[in-house]
Amino acid sequence: MTNRAEMTRRDIMKSGAAAATLTLAPGVTLMAFGGTAEAAGRADAGKRWGLLIDASKCSEDCNDCVTACKVENGWGKDAEHGHISDEQAPEWIRKVTLKDKSTGRTTSAPVMCQHCEEPPCVDVCPTGASMQRVDGIVLVDKHICIGCRYCMMACPYKARSFVHETITDQVEQSPRGKGTVESCNLCAPRIDSGRIPACVEACENAGHSAILFGDLKDPDSPISKALKQYPSVALRDDFELNPGVRYTNL
Amino acid sequence: MAMEQTIYRELKATPGVWQVAALLLAFLAAAGGAWFYMEHHGHAVTGMNNQIVWGLPHVFAIFLIVAASGALNVASIASVFGEKAYKPMARFSSLLAITLLVGGLAVVVLDLGRADRLIVAMTTYNFTSIFAWNVLLYNGFIVVVAVYLVLQMMRRLDYKWVRLGGLVAFLWRLALTTGTGSIFGWLVARPGYDAAIMAPMFIIMSFSFGLAMFILVLVTLFKLNDRPIGDELLKRLGRLLGVFAAAVVYFAIVFHLSNLYATEHGAYERFILLNGGIYTLLFWGVQIVLGGLIPIALVFLNPSRSSTLLASILVVIGGFAQVYVIVIGGQAFPLEIFPGYEVLEGFHEGVVNPYTPSIWELMLGLGGVALALFAAGLGAKVLRVLPTNLSDANLAAKG
Repeated sequence: MTNRAEMTRRDIMKSGAAAATLTLAPGVTLMAFGGTAEAAGRADAGKRWGLLIDASKCSEDCNDCVTACKVENGWGKDAEHGHISDEQAPEWIRKVTLKDKSTGRTTSAPVMCQHCEEPPCVDVCPTGASMQRVDGIVLVDKHICIGCRYCMMACPYKARSFVHETITDQVEQSPRGKGTVESCNLCAPRIDSGRIPACVEACENAGHSAILFGDLKDPDSPISKALKQYPSVALRDDFELNPGVRYTNL
Repeated sequence: MAMEQTIYRELKATPGVWQVAALLLAFLAAAGGAWFYMEHHGHAVTGMNNQIVWGLPHVFAIFLIVAASGALNVASIASVFGEKAYKPMARFSSLLAITLLVGGLAVVVLDLGRADRLIVAMTTYNFTSIFAWNVLLYNGFIVVVAVYLVLQMMRRLDYKWVRLGGLVAFLWRLALTTGTGSIFGWLVARPGYDAAIMAPMFIIMSFSFGLAMFILVLVTLFKLNDRPIGDELLKRLGRLLGVFAAAVVYFAIVFHLSNLYATEHGAYERFILLNGGIYTLLFWGVQIVLGGLIPIALVFLNPSRSSTLLASILVVIGGFAQVYVIVIGGQAFPLEIFPGYEVLEGFHEGVVNPYTPSIWELMLGLGGVALALFAAGLGAKVLRVLPTNLSDANLAAKG
């Protein structure tokens, strides 16, 4: 179990390493992982993965995206909550219900790592553990995360969690570790094997299809077409981080 | 060149010295135990969480790191600015600067989620991170000040080398504190940080906190060994501390006034200045009044030996409160993720994040202080860094 988990973890890191060689010129350790045909084939520099969340399709009572993420990535188990406070519990994705202050209209939507093009978490990470793949996915290399939490200080979206206690009974495809930081990785392992993120799939299965996943660089992808057609916003657009996650009908 | 007659002698191991050493070792043992407990159980046993990610250990660490560069003031004033009365204290000033930094860094490192991966932080650098630069600045500071200390202690060395060493150390400490302030100043996402003034403010904070720590440690060691230290010298150090404390208050005022001018930071200012509960109390009561106005009044209106000592204690307390308000207050104030919206349901959205430090965090932080003081005492015990006589008569005779 451990070995297989380790393999999966290494594979994820391999796939991100090519990005690291580009974005972190002095990232010597990271470069050692990159360059294989296998890794290059996984994180595709020709793509930028993103999400378009249609708040009008998101149901306030539905929590399926959060549940699916928990199952896929093995966080938020009851056993964990027994030892830690709510504020210490991991939160890779959360549902928020918003009320427009001027009109009173309420909407609901999920919030996760916004996969910024200019991620502050990557800028501030002292070791380069917080990194961005060539396909735009922002994630943490848990091998070199020292647990300083500076990325959590820098993130404008509260998208990251620190693992406050020993993790047992982990899921194979998403290794986690006490004392390191974690967040939504857009289900990179699923994407690398040609599948869509768990939250997107769950939303479709629930009949809402409020989350559209796709390649922002491909002008013919459904997400690019939708973005071209309808108005959308990025959270805290004023920071000019150009998130890969955008919202419409918020 | 009469100053060169100053005699430096190792600290004598009096019963008082042993008692203080034993007390500090007890704090170190407690900190070791606290660290082991936190390491074993994870940060679940601390008051820190995903909202308040940096807690009491970081307050201790940042206070010590800031004070470290300021403890070097006395040496800088002697070597760089040629003030002879400060020269006999320059060696100990350098030593204390190193040990305070080591104490602060120990706390930061032991609070890491993966303290065992320190080697990663030392070997893998992301140069867009001010943290990575700080690793180099902190390690470099220890080397630069150690070399400077050795230069000061070399008997037959041309003094120009000491001046050069002092200058390099002085410039380095300015860079170091700039780096420390920038940890917060460059965090654009949080309204409580995101201010270029953080860097110079941290520099002036270091002048004040560091000098206060230096005065207290120096006087304690002199008392333990019955070495004389003059009233006039202490009054003089007190006046300098008063000037630095006033500068800290000035920078705090400018920081908050500039924030008030920017509408986007108005809510944060209301939080700190008016309705932030513990943070408002710490700001006005401890940082401004107890740690600022009272010590300033003491040293200028009633200059005396005891005024300087009391002012030093108050500056340390006020400084600690100031770092607490910056570090914890800045995180307690909620992030504005959805401007224009009220969050009806979510996860700690738009509400003040609560934080109650645990006993383990306190023990770890105090351990850092104990480490700094123990190492300073040990250094004074084995090295000739403390002069035998700082009485006013002695200084006047040489000056």
